[in-house]
Amino acid sequence: MSKELSHNKVRRYGMVIDLDKCTGCGACMVACMAENNVPFKEDESNKRDSITWMKVYKLTNGKPFPNTEICYLPRPCQHCEGHDGHSPCVSVCPATATDYNSETGIVSQIYTRCFGCRYCMAACPYHARYFNWWDPVWPDGMEKYLSPNVSPRMRGVVEKCSFCFHRYQLAKDKAYYEGRSEVREDEYQTACTQACPAGAITFGDLNNPLHAVHQMVKPDLKHAGRPKSPNAFRLLERLGTNPKVYYLSDREWVRRAGDNYMADTKNHLEPKEH
Amino acid sequence: MIDSALIPKGLKRCPTWQFVAAIGVFGAVALWGVYAMLLCWFKGLNQTNMNDYYGFALWIWADLAVIAVGGGAFFTGLLRYIIGKDELKNIINFAVLIGFICYSSALLILGMDVGQPLRSWFIFWHANVHSMLTEVAFCLSCYFAVLTIEYIPLVLENRQMDKVPFFHNLSHNMHGVMAVFAATGAFLSFFHQGSLGGVAGVLFGRPFAFREGILIWPWTFFLFTWSAAAYGPCFTLLLTKLTEKISKKKLVKDNVVELLAKISGWMIFTYTIAKLIDTIYWANITAPSLGFKLSHFYSNNAIYGYWILFAEIILGGVVPALILITKKGRQNPTAFTTAIILAVIGVCLNRWVMVLQVMAVPVMTFDTWALYIPSWQEIATTLLPVAYGVILIIISFRYLPVFPQELELNPDESNKAQQNTEKAEENPALDAKLSPAGA
Repeated sequence: MSKELSHNKVRRYGMVIDLDKCTGCGACMVACMAENNVPFKEDESNKRDSITWMKVYKLTNGKPFPNTEICYLPRPCQHCEGHDGHSPCVSVCPATATDYNSETGIVSQIYTRCFGCRYCMAACPYHARYFNWWDPVWPDGMEKYLSPNVSPRMRGVVEKCSFCFHRYQLAKDKAYYEGRSEVREDEYQTACTQACPAGAITFGDLNNPLHAVHQMVKPDLKHAGRPKSPNAFRLLERLGTNPKVYYLSDREWVRRAGDNYMADTKNHLEPKEH
Repeated sequence: MIDSALIPKGLKRCPTWQFVAAIGVFGAVALWGVYAMLLCWFKGLNQTNMNDYYGFALWIWADLAVIAVGGGAFFTGLLRYIIGKDELKNIINFAVLIGFICYSSALLILGMDVGQPLRSWFIFWHANVHSMLTEVAFCLSCYFAVLTIEYIPLVLENRQMDKVPFFHNLSHNMHGVMAVFAATGAFLSFFHQGSLGGVAGVLFGRPFAFREGILIWPWTFFLFTWSAAAYGPCFTLLLTKLTEKISKKKLVKDNVVELLAKISGWMIFTYTIAKLIDTIYWANITAPSLGFKLSHFYSNNAIYGYWILFAEIILGGVVPALILITKKGRQNPTAFTTAIILAVIGVCLNRWVMVLQVMAVPVMTFDTWALYIPSWQEIATTLLPVAYGVILIIISFRYLPVFPQELELNPDESNKAQQNTEKAEENPALDAKLSPAGA
């Protein structure tokens, strides 16, 4: 049947962020919030209880002027695969409210099942998970601008970046309607990818050699997706979280900022298996 | 006394006004806690100072701490009913009472801590078998049921309840099968105490907490069970001594206290050796393999320094262990009291480290230490179980035969109390005048 979608093909959707291109403008953060109905507070000055699925960190090389260098590092959920889908957060959730989708490699969050124990937040070393400390309140009239494709979350549950999963669902529906079994690369792109004015973010299927993300980082599937590309790295590679967000930089100090090193260790070590 | 008919026969208790005043004071603290609890339930966890870095905070520490010190119930039960240390029958009631308080408090805290309390049952309905917290929830609930079953016979031994033949026979028969519940309790405790250790130990994204182990169980699984069994009895002994001090009379014979203290001392001694080995292995093998030097966990912040490691292992482990395993140490009141206080602080500090320091340590290189100060609502709700526990101990001590040796250890007072009771029964009007003061 020509309209049948392939159910067996394992996709690993992932992201490559070129840190040498990122200007730290924050367009990705804004696009993410608008796309995903991310609630905000009246006073957002305390960043430790405000929700930013995509967060841009500012890194410096720690050197004094004139040798100071700055790097902006956008950090979405890393959609860790861990070992066989046992990502740090998925394996600890007591109510199976977060799940590793073996079809797409996306770590989901089931808001209506989460009861707010926050164990997943404790497990995530990237601080990519956020708790709804307040009920979402939208300024008058703004609720009309909410995306109908993403359910707003209630107080007391955890939320995080979903790689705009609703866009994947829409793209899949469209492909099915048009009698195709594959979702094309350009049909499923995250909001942050499309919003980045510098083109620093690339998104696609890491398992598909035709997709740009695969070509940019050349993930080594024999070594838990570790990048073969010399300028590519993942955050906290050594912990064995096996993330699907890769970063690129020509600068050595930026690449080293991605992980913790003992004084005598080299850049690439075998990650732990869990 | 207005309630003399409820007080165990032959035992002397403080005047009613003192009893009511004490309940009033701790009741006020409990009410303050209930108010804060309602705020958290109705307004949400924004009433706390927790944040996305500190998702686990004061409550979870209090939860782990009360479960650790409440471990005296299962371990004393194991020693009494399974291993056959018969002398411990003279302190088991109190150990069960403390365990009941600690575990009911733990469940209350969990009920407050979750963001959607009405969905708490999802942990059973949508259980994830890979999660240590799932195991904690199952075993904790089951063990609380066991503790309730263990506490009921004591309640039924109240002088008036005991007059009802059904209750008398029920209590008697429950005592007869208590070994089964003690064994069940020990089995369940082994797993939930361990799982609480596993909660931190499996966090492979948090190198400060992560430990290797056997199969699915990290070393912290075994260390938590071991430490609860080791330190729990110290908390039972501490509260026994405190109750003796307040009631101004001896309640448990020295040989019973010394036996429990000696066992606890050896357990702490062996636990401390295991903890030291774990710490050395973690510091030299596990953490470096993840890219972390030990100094990373104990520097560049205002609170967490090497002192906490020293306080936990040396002051809270080695020192009390050395005091309690020596006869001289156990028999010297000052040394003994110091040892049990240090032990209780030590195990609570361990739980603090395994919750709050885990959250505080930065993992990404460009992250910073996260420190947090609890809000008054968190403090009030943490004091709520303490106040509730004190109230339950006061009521149980007054109306139930918690300490079987009390009568034997206080013969003079007992005779007087007996006479007063008899007179009061003959002439209720004299009751108030004849009430003995003190105690």
